[in-house]
Amino acid sequence: MSVSTDPPVKRRDFLGLTALGSFLAAVAASVGGMLSLAFPRAFPEPSRRYKIGLANDFRVGEVRRPEGRNVFIFHRPEGFVAISAVCTHLGCIVNQAPPGFVCPCHGSRFDPNGKVLQGPAPSPLPWYEISLAPDGQLQVDESRTVSAGTYFQA
Amino acid sequence: MSQPNPIAGEAHEPPPGGLAALVANLKALPQTLKRSLVRHGPPVTDRARSEAVTQNFFLHIHSARVHRWSLRPSFTLGLGLIAFFSFVILAVTGVLLMFYYKPTTALAYDSIKEIHFMVPAGRIIRNMHRWAAHLMVASVILHMVRVFFTASYKGGRQFNWVLGILLWVLTMALSYTGYLLPWDQLGYWAMVIGTNIATSIREVTDALGITRYFDPGAYMQAALVGGRVLGDEALIRFNMIHCILLPLLTAVFIGVHFWRIRKDGGLSRPPDADAVLGPPPEDCRPVFTQEPKKTYGLMALVRGKSPAVGRGPENTLPSWPHLFYAEATVLMVTVVFLLAWAFLQDAPLKEPANPLVPENPAKAPWYFLGLQELVSYSAFMGGIGIPTVALLGLALVPYLDREQTVSGRWFGGSAREKRIALVSAAFGLTAVLGLETFAIAFGWLRNWFPDIPQIAVILFNPGTVLTAVYMLWSLLVAHRTGSTRLGAVGLFTCFLAGFLVLTIIAVWFRGPNWVFYWWPTLWPTH
Ligand code: HEM
Ligand code: FES
Repeated sequence: MSVSTDPPVKRRDFLGLTALGSFLAAVAASVGGMLSLAFPRAFPEPSRRYKIGLANDFRVGEVRRPEGRNVFIFHRPEGFVAISAVCTHLGCIVNQAPPGFVCPCHGSRFDPNGKVLQGPAPSPLPWYEISLAPDGQLQVDESRTVSAGTYFQA
Repeated sequence: MSQPNPIAGEAHEPPPGGLAALVANLKALPQTLKRSLVRHGPPVTDRARSEAVTQNFFLHIHSARVHRWSLRPSFTLGLGLIAFFSFVILAVTGVLLMFYYKPTTALAYDSIKEIHFMVPAGRIIRNMHRWAAHLMVASVILHMVRVFFTASYKGGRQFNWVLGILLWVLTMALSYTGYLLPWDQLGYWAMVIGTNIATSIREVTDALGITRYFDPGAYMQAALVGGRVLGDEALIRFNMIHCILLPLLTAVFIGVHFWRIRKDGGLSRPPDADAVLGPPPEDCRPVFTQEPKKTYGLMALVRGKSPAVGRGPENTLPSWPHLFYAEATVLMVTVVFLLAWAFLQDAPLKEPANPLVPENPAKAPWYFLGLQELVSYSAFMGGIGIPTVALLGLALVPYLDREQTVSGRWFGGSAREKRIALVSAAFGLTAVLGLETFAIAFGWLRNWFPDIPQIAVILFNPGTVLTAVYMLWSLLVAHRTGSTRLGAVGLFTCFLAGFLVLTIIAVWFRGPNWVFYWWPTLWPTH
């Protein structure tokens, strides 16, 4: 009986494979390193929580667009709501028009609660959380959504 | 050694001796400089004419001789050249614009105004840059159309067709990233829509309810926008992509595209090209005017099925001057056309970007409006799904149709192919017009079933239906005719018909809120 002394991988192949492997690993690492450049640890952006004034300053039935923010504040008989003005289709800013909101870019239409009635928007306009700031003003937090129909009573 | 070199002219032996030699060398300087630059004699012999091409860095991408078939304007229509020269003009005017353009949200808009009103010739340079972009897009598309209908993607040219598709994508990406830069209403909202299309894979992950675990859209957004809101970060990214990354890639791939043309044996031509052309006219320095000093074999003969192999360069002409006359003519016509356009019409500049109020309607430039029309049915399908399918389908055409048909002649010179193209055009137009009319008149799924799940709209909307109908049509044609080439003709013609009609509808028949209007004068005013 003869025992084969040939290793399963020849030495030369082994060295070649190692070289190829380390080459590919180096390429992958440097490409990955370069790509990671696109994802900084923190993104510069304005705070997503802001104050919109005292509840008493709002008349029932009033709509406001806080300065520089893409949001509608409604004071309805049921309470306060903050509905996003950013179309869920591709990010245009909707206008308030019958039946509720209309997007100028590709014609999505929403009812007054932000539900999609027509057009390509895939989801309803989100409602943002409203709370009371320590100084008594109302404040909106765009990083938190609440389910449609959640009213804030001041 | 003793014989004077006929190419370099008479050899000037330097006289011996220090200062005298220096003076003599100085006197000979213009001559010696010229000779070290241009290392062949005047291009009056065949050999010098080839060397004028092969020894010049900029010209040597051409072959030394060119077949007379390739020089027929009715074959190429000069469209590839127009695309190339538009690109060159874009590079030159673009570098000039960069001297004044400032890629920050605070300064970009004013710097464009400055270029327009304050910088000498700035208006013309900017206009030319903008209109050359339009011309490049148009000529690239038309060039693809000519390559397709002359079946020039066959006979070893498969890969060059794929490269061409890549160049088309690069061209569109260049023009998209370019018109964002002025930071006006047009650019800003195009950027909002474009970056959201890039993230619209989220529409699918949302519909499947898996966004919380797997959100590739977020990566796209972070990479392109550099944050959640469009601002300086995004503008700088797009500026770098537009001014450096994409031009470099495009230049490299154009180089490869041209190199492949040579390796594929020059432009395509039908087997009977020589018979059709007949003998070359007297005055065009046809073949060898003198005994060649060395063999031309390697320069004029190429690998492949090209008819030139083994038959000598009979119906070829020296590229110098024939091809260069043709190229210079196309260059001059392109430049004059763009100059006139730039003088007569100013590139658009809307109001400064206002992130609170989009334009109504917010329309992209014409070459994206077909996509915008599709996007108005589904963001993901219109912006990513259907374009990907269409591009893949186009890129694979040469691999799915491997029939040996006549290349290098419009419709392969076959009445049948022309008829199939016409019938397919009629079918393609009817299908797209029918679907659009239906969707405009009766709405689509969500109008009838307000609570329908989004995934149904993604999968089944006018865009996806149209794509499916076109694919079925081309299968039907291939089946009925028993020819993959004719199937490809069916698909490509339908694709063109769809592109054309969607673009026209979006350009002229869509008004505020993307509502259908018969004419812009009917838009409501307010
Ligand atoms: C930046 C864009 C492009 C440039 C600058 C360009 C340039 C050229 C030029 C100058 C030629 C020589 C013949 C002619 O002028 O027609 C050519 C040939 C060719 N192009 Fe393009 N092209 C571009 C895009 C495309 C596209 C989009 C396709 C198709 C998908 C394509 C496929 C081809 C093929 C297959 C040939 C060889 C044609 C033959 O042998 O007859 N190219 N191109
Ligand atoms: S962005 Fe609102 S409909 Fe497209």
